[in-house]
Amino acid sequence: MTAAAPLPMPVGARIAKALAVLTLVLLASVAIGLALGSQRIHTASLFSDSFSHTLFFRLRLPRVLMGLVIGASLAVTGGALQALFRNPLADPYTLGVSGGGALGASIAIALGWSARIAGIPLVFAASFAGAMLAVSLVRTIARTGAVMLPGALLLSGVVVNLISAAGVLTIQYLTDPTSALRILRWLIGSLDVVGLDPIWRMLLVLAPAWLALLAFSRQLNLLAIDEETAATLGVNVRRCETIVHALCALIVGVTVSAGGAIGFVGLIVPHAVRLMFGEDLRIVLPGSLLLGAAFLILADTLARTALAPNELPVGAITGLLGGPVFLWLLRRRQQYSAM
Amino acid sequence: MPQPWLEARCLDYAYANGPLVVRQVSLTAMPGSMTAVIGANGSGKSTLIRMLAGLFMPLAGTILLDGVPLKNWQPRLRARQIAYVPQSTAAAFPFQALDIVLSGRTPYTPRFRFEGAHDAEKALEALDAAGAAHLARRCFTSLSGGERQMVILARALAQEPKLLLLDEPSSSLDLKHRADLIRTLARLRETQNLSVIMITHDLQLTGSFDQLLALRRGEIAAAGTPDEVLRDHLLREVYGDPNVRTQRAGDQTLVWVDL
Repeated sequence: MTAAAPLPMPVGARIAKALAVLTLVLLASVAIGLALGSQRIHTASLFSDSFSHTLFFRLRLPRVLMGLVIGASLAVTGGALQALFRNPLADPYTLGVSGGGALGASIAIALGWSARIAGIPLVFAASFAGAMLAVSLVRTIARTGAVMLPGALLLSGVVVNLISAAGVLTIQYLTDPTSALRILRWLIGSLDVVGLDPIWRMLLVLAPAWLALLAFSRQLNLLAIDEETAATLGVNVRRCETIVHALCALIVGVTVSAGGAIGFVGLIVPHAVRLMFGEDLRIVLPGSLLLGAAFLILADTLARTALAPNELPVGAITGLLGGPVFLWLLRRRQQYSAM
Repeated sequence: MPQPWLEARCLDYAYANGPLVVRQVSLTAMPGSMTAVIGANGSGKSTLIRMLAGLFMPLAGTILLDGVPLKNWQPRLRARQIAYVPQSTAAAFPFQALDIVLSGRTPYTPRFRFEGAHDAEKALEALDAAGAAHLARRCFTSLSGGERQMVILARALAQEPKLLLLDEPSSSLDLKHRADLIRTLARLRETQNLSVIMITHDLQLTGSFDQLLALRRGEIAAAGTPDEVLRDHLLREVYGDPNVRTQRAGDQTLVWVDL
């Protein structure tokens, strides 16, 4: 039986197939997101009627694209962090990266919403700094010598989240009512955006960061299997960790400063890709980028339409879906380690 | 006189500001030689083998691979020469066994390219050589400790190394698979001139090895052929137990401890 074992499908072909399927899913989601909303827009009147035109191009299209950009970002960082920490429960939210970013952004909002440093909005910079600080803190606590303790990792993530939340509350209490309200609205997480300009500005930072992260797929795949083995196979583990951390903090910082802390996208989506196309990170990372975009567009469409004309916060939808998935993964994990 | 394939001279190692756990250890592995490293728990065996694998930088001393300092080797090229099988591999994700074996082909795959059909064939061959062909499609997390060990050995073989470093590969294998492992290593030595350095507590398995290195508290307590090292008085000192006994039986040396 051994000699005649069939050759597996080459990795390249598996990636092509997965990305083709997921691209179709994304296109379908974009179409659904654009078609559905609390206001019906007739395609025929799109260019004749200025109300429809404005509604579509100033509000609906930007919002769908915002979902695309933020969903893709959160999912791809989730996949990368899971591999890096060899922990299926890792994601920007559970590790406190989003929390750290949120604290940074809150400070910036309290100091002045539109402040800029060298042309970069202070909210972006502060959110990135907060996310970076959180990820370094979590990494330092969880790593003792050569071993990464999975329990310590998640617990330190929880603690960083709690500290950040306390920090945000303090700032809200101390700041003026307008800023406090702004922080609250933003914390709930929303993809509300007017016009396409903010999206291009985000993509200017995010697209290169996505590509850089994807360039580490192979190293992350080896790290997901085993850290020491990865090192003997030629991966520079420390360098890879440092760069991936910084990229994740950058991506999460930018997304959190734009859309608030939207939870669990980075947890659910990579696992869905794994279930469909296997464990290889060279499939999981680009796949998460596509499926994460599709997922958040659909979740946001649900948030906009379920109780129309009222709008649910999209973070609540992802949380309601993501919490149970987290618990399911936790249970499955206990089953492995019991073996 | 052939060149030694790996030569370690006077290695020292200490963990962050701790005491030396390996002290002045030297070791030479000729092409196609089999070396066993033995010693009590905590005697520095795993630390030594990690230095040889390039995972730890020695505090003092040099390691030469094919005459070139190990630290000067490009990691990718080094990975084509040396493969390392750790004591155990924790599995966080349910990778397929074959995918894990295929990861051993990384040193041969250019950056931003993927393993091809040739690599898949090599991976299947390696699984076959490790006696794990039947596990190819199984999920790594569902395998027993011994089965995982065989898959990880296959991953190491897929690297087509000239030197294989194994850290207690037999610890979770049953009697038959222990014997199979030694037979596989002996066969690869014959067919591919593979050198092996293996940490083991199974002294019975070391009868066919070329040399044994016994460590005690990080230092070499004895080195030589199995005949020279597997002796009552030496092993009593190495393991710190006065009741260790040995007996020759044909080519084999039996070692046991009177309880």
